[in-house]
Amino acid sequence: MTDTHAHYLIVGSSHAGREALAAIRMADPKGRLVMLSREGRMPYSPTILPYVASGRSQPDRVGLADAEWFTENAAELVLNAQVVAVDPAARAVRLADGRRWTYDKLLLATGAEPVVPPVKGLDRVRYHVLRTLDDALSIRERSTQARRAVVLGAGLVGMHAAETMAAAGLDVTMVEMRPHVLAEYFDPKASALIRQTFERHSVRMMMGRRLLWAMETVPGSCRLGLDDGTELEADLLLVAAGVRPAMAMLADSGITIDKGILVDDRMRTAAPGIWAAGDVAQARGFLTGVPVVNGTLPEAVEQGRIAGMDMASDPDLIPYGGGIPLNTYGFFGRHAMAVGTAAVPEGDGIETVTDEGNGQNGYCRIVLKDNRLIGLAAIDRVMDAGILWRLILRRTDLSPVRQQFLSHPLETARALMSRGWR
Amino acid sequence: MPSQDTIRFIPERCDGCGDCMTACAKAKGGASRISIVGSGGGGWDIALCRQCGDPKCVANCPAGALDKHYGSGIVGWSQDLCVDCHLCTIGCAYGGIVFESAAGHVQKCDLCDGTPACVPACGKGALEHLSAAARLHETHADKEDLFVPGLSACQGCNSELLIRHTMRRIGRNSVVAAPPGCIPGMGTVGYNGQTGAKMPIFHPLLTNTAAMLAGVKRQYERRGKDITVVALAGDGGAVDVGFQSLSGAAERGERILFICVDNEGYMNTGMQASGSTPFGSWTSTTPVGTVERGKSTDGKYLPQLMMGHGCAYVATASTAFLDDYHTKLEKALAASRTGFAYLHVHAPCPTGWRFPAAMTTEVCRRQVESNFVTLWEFTAEDGLRFTHAVDRPRPLSDYVGMIGKYKHLGNAEIERIQASVNRRVAFLKGFCRQPSAAE
Ligand SMILES: Cc1cc2nc3c(=O)[nH]c(=O)nc-3n(C[C@H](O)[C@H](O)[C@H](O)COP(=O)(O)OP(=O)(O)OC[C@H]3O[C@@H](n4cnc5c(N)ncnc54)[C@H](O)[C@@H]3O)c2cc1C
Repeated sequence: MTDTHAHYLIVGSSHAGREALAAIRMADPKGRLVMLSREGRMPYSPTILPYVASGRSQPDRVGLADAEWFTENAAELVLNAQVVAVDPAARAVRLADGRRWTYDKLLLATGAEPVVPPVKGLDRVRYHVLRTLDDALSIRERSTQARRAVVLGAGLVGMHAAETMAAAGLDVTMVEMRPHVLAEYFDPKASALIRQTFERHSVRMMMGRRLLWAMETVPGSCRLGLDDGTELEADLLLVAAGVRPAMAMLADSGITIDKGILVDDRMRTAAPGIWAAGDVAQARGFLTGVPVVNGTLPEAVEQGRIAGMDMASDPDLIPYGGGIPLNTYGFFGRHAMAVGTAAVPEGDGIETVTDEGNGQNGYCRIVLKDNRLIGLAAIDRVMDAGILWRLILRRTDLSPVRQQFLSHPLETARALMSRGWR
Repeated sequence: MPSQDTIRFIPERCDGCGDCMTACAKAKGGASRISIVGSGGGGWDIALCRQCGDPKCVANCPAGALDKHYGSGIVGWSQDLCVDCHLCTIGCAYGGIVFESAAGHVQKCDLCDGTPACVPACGKGALEHLSAAARLHETHADKEDLFVPGLSACQGCNSELLIRHTMRRIGRNSVVAAPPGCIPGMGTVGYNGQTGAKMPIFHPLLTNTAAMLAGVKRQYERRGKDITVVALAGDGGAVDVGFQSLSGAAERGERILFICVDNEGYMNTGMQASGSTPFGSWTSTTPVGTVERGKSTDGKYLPQLMMGHGCAYVATASTAFLDDYHTKLEKALAASRTGFAYLHVHAPCPTGWRFPAAMTTEVCRRQVESNFVTLWEFTAEDGLRFTHAVDRPRPLSDYVGMIGKYKHLGNAEIERIQASVNRRVAFLKGFCRQPSAAE
């Protein structure tokens, strides 16, 4: 046994890795447990970054786990340890600086990294992405000098960032090639409500537009050309056009990958002794049965827990039920949430019931199939997202309470769930 | 993980009035953090933070704004650190953390720093603030566990729990006797030359436990040593076969503590009836068939007999009320320095009584809440005092209905047990010291 051998080796120190670590320690208090992180900082969540960029959250107060936590869990955190290669046959990983770690069981929880679309001239202008704390700090610094910001992409990253920049007093424009914001979570009507709120807060929302070229004007600033001929000036350009799983280190490993690292319902990869969880993993989709990269924080937690339990042979493990889209979203003091396939159109056995609250009292769209809930999106309504998630995963039959559910989803969902509370 | 305070909800008592919610909203200013839920069929439940041991809301928080405090047990929320992403609400299956638009952020129960406002506001007794486990943990967690791991008690048996608590408290400066029964059967006195306890422990005969302990104690006293001497006997070893030596030792005022762990029968030898087995119980010697309908006579109530022995201290206990047990154990240990102390602890047996192993504590609780088991203590000077008087007892069927050994009983038989329970409570009340005219 060497000092660079771990019984459990976890790569990545964010939600999936942290949850796996905790789960391993619940079942196995002893086996040596080492977490490798590419970062030079203590663990933090990417989700917090828009708030670091805006100054609302202090970078030294966003820790997911501190040194004390690692001590309590008898685990070691190795910083500045970027894994560049995995050798499943030798049960070893190689780091960027040449160091090597061996393992009995390996978890890849390396998350995702931003995708930068191939736009003419983009590589010659200054632009930002938002995935690491350094990214956030550099946006924060730039915001103090910038006046005009352009955000490319109206997904969660872009929307969060646009809001915090607008709140910081910048003149913000969003460019999104799809017709709607947050299109993977919300149907067009709900999206429109969210978009209008941004517009009311003076964010320019340019939907259905594509960025064609970028060109530096003065150092740090650029001009952007869209497909409809519009030209925009930006002192701060944020590219939030999507993410892809961070799995470059698997290039020659022989591990099966597709859009992400393919895993089974115990988060096992095709290679013995290697698990993957979180944004890097491609696991079974609940509603389709087809493996998907989910890319949300709650799923990273869920998968991290399952991977950790399986690595430590915890007999209480319940295999993954499958992932569904999940999100809660606070914006400009309002609250939106989407659980399941809340954005799908009607038809093909899918029923939808929309309550637009007379344009005053929020919004709620319920999506049913065979009298079972498959999706629900709401804006400014009190809803227990966690309860709805479980009603979907349990395929709870709503026929006996269908009318109540449609008119009073909060109360009816609680009533259904309450049967399992004792 | 330490034990923690919790709010208990008793659905049968809730009428959905919502007074708890009003009280919470008033105490916290804004929306209530406890929410009454119509659970269908006219029943009620509560959506409330369970202060989970392994909370998913905390795991889902990207901001470090939620935190499980392992001292108080409370899942705390920091407004300062919260960034209003509401991802915590996805983690919760209890409706325990909810976004409130009026407040503009999520809210959850924090147990009001140990005095929850909702509990006294409930006029129906449907909410209880349980804090005993946390207090017990504080006092006893650091004491050495003198019972070895890996003992082979049946799943769900509360004797192990009881013995661990007892041994922790009495410590190594003790001698324990465990006569034949489930307690030595699970390995307490050991197997193959290895003992199950980290203190001197021995295995007397079923008939002579109290007599042997009396001798042990006297010998130590003669040598000027103050040793705690305790019997851990079953009901067979106390109520029936061991009664003669127990009665004699009590009458002589031997300075020992005799604990009877009453599972209402000879369970380790195949569930035969004992003198303690209640009326109606199925056992292997009181079968249920076309002629017999389980035990045809009432059980013998030993704690009451012990009151007539001039003991220094007599008390009953239940493991669903461990704080009450610890208080009594304390008093009994003190009393055993001057005379005979007797504790009678009820031990529902999942294997022999036929109920699910996970339900033992609930069974214990219902025994007490239905008055089938009464919790009291007695000294000659102060008379009898109920330590957990039940003002609104549950119907006996709530308890009997959980237990397989009573499955065959009809209403008439349950009424007969109810009547004897009522008689016993009335009878015990007669031993309470009457307030004098001056009081
Ligand atoms: C700005 C922003 C806003 C978001 N908002 C939301 C939201 O509102 N709701 C939501 O559900 N999700 C949101 N997300 C997504 C969410 O943060 C992720 O789903 C979640 O963090 C995934 O966790 P993970 O542990 O799988 O991966 P990550 O959080 O990506 O962590 C991966 C870790 O692995 C490390 N790592 C990567 N490669 C290597 C390597 N080769 N060697 C060593 N270490 C490595 C990284 O440094 C990182 O610490 C947001 C993301 C961003 C960027």
